[in-house]
Amino acid sequence: MCSLCGMLEGQLHWTESKPPAAQVHSQWRERQARVRLVNAVLQHYGLKLTEWSGKSYVLSSRTGRTVIVDNLSELWGQAERLCGRRCDPLDERLLVWLEHPSR
Amino acid sequence: MVDYTVLTPVNILTGFLGSGKTTLLQRLLTSPQLAEVAVLVNELGEIGLDHHLLQNVAESTLLLENGCVCCAIRGDLQQALRDLLSKRMRGDIAHFRRLVIETSGLADPVPIAYTLLREPVIRHHYRLSTILTTVDALNGRGQLETFAEASKQAAVADRLILTKTDLADADSVHALAAHLRRLNPSALLLESAQVDADGDRLLIDDIYDAGGRPREVARWLAADDLGRGDRAVQALAHDHTHDIQSFSLTFEQPLDWSAFGIWSTMLLHRHGGDVLRIKALLNVAGVSTPVLINGVQHLVHPPSHLDAWPGADRRSRLVFVVRRLSRPQIERSLAAFTALVNPQHVGTA
Repeated sequence: MCSLCGMLEGQLHWTESKPPAAQVHSQWRERQARVRLVNAVLQHYGLKLTEWSGKSYVLSSRTGRTVIVDNLSELWGQAERLCGRRCDPLDERLLVWLEHPSR
Repeated sequence: MVDYTVLTPVNILTGFLGSGKTTLLQRLLTSPQLAEVAVLVNELGEIGLDHHLLQNVAESTLLLENGCVCCAIRGDLQQALRDLLSKRMRGDIAHFRRLVIETSGLADPVPIAYTLLREPVIRHHYRLSTILTTVDALNGRGQLETFAEASKQAAVADRLILTKTDLADADSVHALAAHLRRLNPSALLLESAQVDADGDRLLIDDIYDAGGRPREVARWLAADDLGRGDRAVQALAHDHTHDIQSFSLTFEQPLDWSAFGIWSTMLLHRHGGDVLRIKALLNVAGVSTPVLINGVQHLVHPPSHLDAWPGADRRSRLVFVVRRLSRPQIERSLAAFTALVNPQHVGTA
C-alpha cells in the first residue's frame, strides 16, 4: 500500500473531506468538480480520470491502460507509472502549459 | 473521519543531544494541568523523571515501500502506544489524558508523527498535538550548522525552546534566536527561563484544542507578519548549511478547495521530503470561516477551522519551511493550480 495514501483502513483522505463549515454541495457534485480540475492537469500527461462508484476513481492512459485509485495522494504515483514521467507541480513545462490554457 | 476532539493528544519533545529535553519536561510536568500525562522516552538519561507513567522504548524503524524516511512506522513506538492503550483500558495504569514522547537526541521526529497519523489502530486513539524542540544556547548554533538532525528538529517544530541561556552570552543568544526565527518563523520561540506557570500551554495549545486554537493561529499569523513586514529578514531566511528556508505566501482571492488539494497532494508526492512544514490559514471559496492546514513533510493533519476570522484580513496565508525548494517556484505553481477553476481550463478537460 502506498505510504502516502490516506485511505488506510477506510479513512477518508483529507482532500475528500468537505472543508469544515463548507456550504453544502452533494458529495457527487464535489467529486465531479474535482475530477474536472484534475483532468486539466492530467491532460498534460496524456491521462484521464473518471469517477467510479462514488468511492474510487479510474485513471486511464491513451493506450487503454487503467488503474483504480482511491484518492489524490494515491493518484500521482499511479499517474507516473502509467505515463512514465514525473508528475511534478514545479515542472517548468507543466506550469507553462497550465498558464496558457487557450493553447 | 475520526473525531479529533476525543483522541488523546500526543506531544513530541525533541532536541539535540544534551539540549535539556528532560529538564524542560520535569518543569512542565509540575503543572496541575498536566497531572494526567503519560511519558514515553527513547532513552533513560541521567536526569530522572519522577513520573508515575514513564515508559522506555528502544528504537526500531520499519521503512515502508516507498523508502522515504519520513514515511516510516516506528515499530517500537507502535507497540508502546498500543500497550499504553491496552493498560489504560484494563485499568493497569493510572488514567492519562495526554502523552509526551521524548525522543533521543539524534531522532527524526517525523517518523513518530507518521506513526501517530497513519498507523491504523493508533490513529483512532491518539492525535498529534505539537512538536517541541529544545535548542542549547551554548552549542545550538554549531549543532544546527553541523548536524542535519538538529536542523530538521528545529525546522519541523511548533515550539522552539532555548535552553541554557544563562551559560551563553547575550549576543550569542540573540543571534541564535534570530537564526531560529528565520529557519522556522511559525514556531513559538522562547527561552526555557520564560517557561512559567503558563508553561502547560506549550503542550496544550494546538489547532484541535478549542481553547488553545485562537492562540495557536495567532502564532501562525505572527509568522506571516514577520514575513511580510521585513523582506530583508525574509531574504535571509535561509540555512545555507542544510539548504533550508522559510517563507510565507498570501493570496487575495478565495482558494478553491479541490484545486488546493490537487496541488498540495502533487507537491507532497514529488517533494514531500523537502516540504518540512506547511501551516496555512485558508480562505476557501464557499466557506465562511478560515480553514487551517497543518502539514509535516508528506503528512497533512485533517483540516480544522476557526469559528470566526481573527480580524478583518480575509486573505489566505501560508507559511512554508522547505529544503532545496524556492519561494518563486512554489508561489508560481500554486497560482497556476488555483487558476484551474477558470472556465478556459475546465473547458479543456
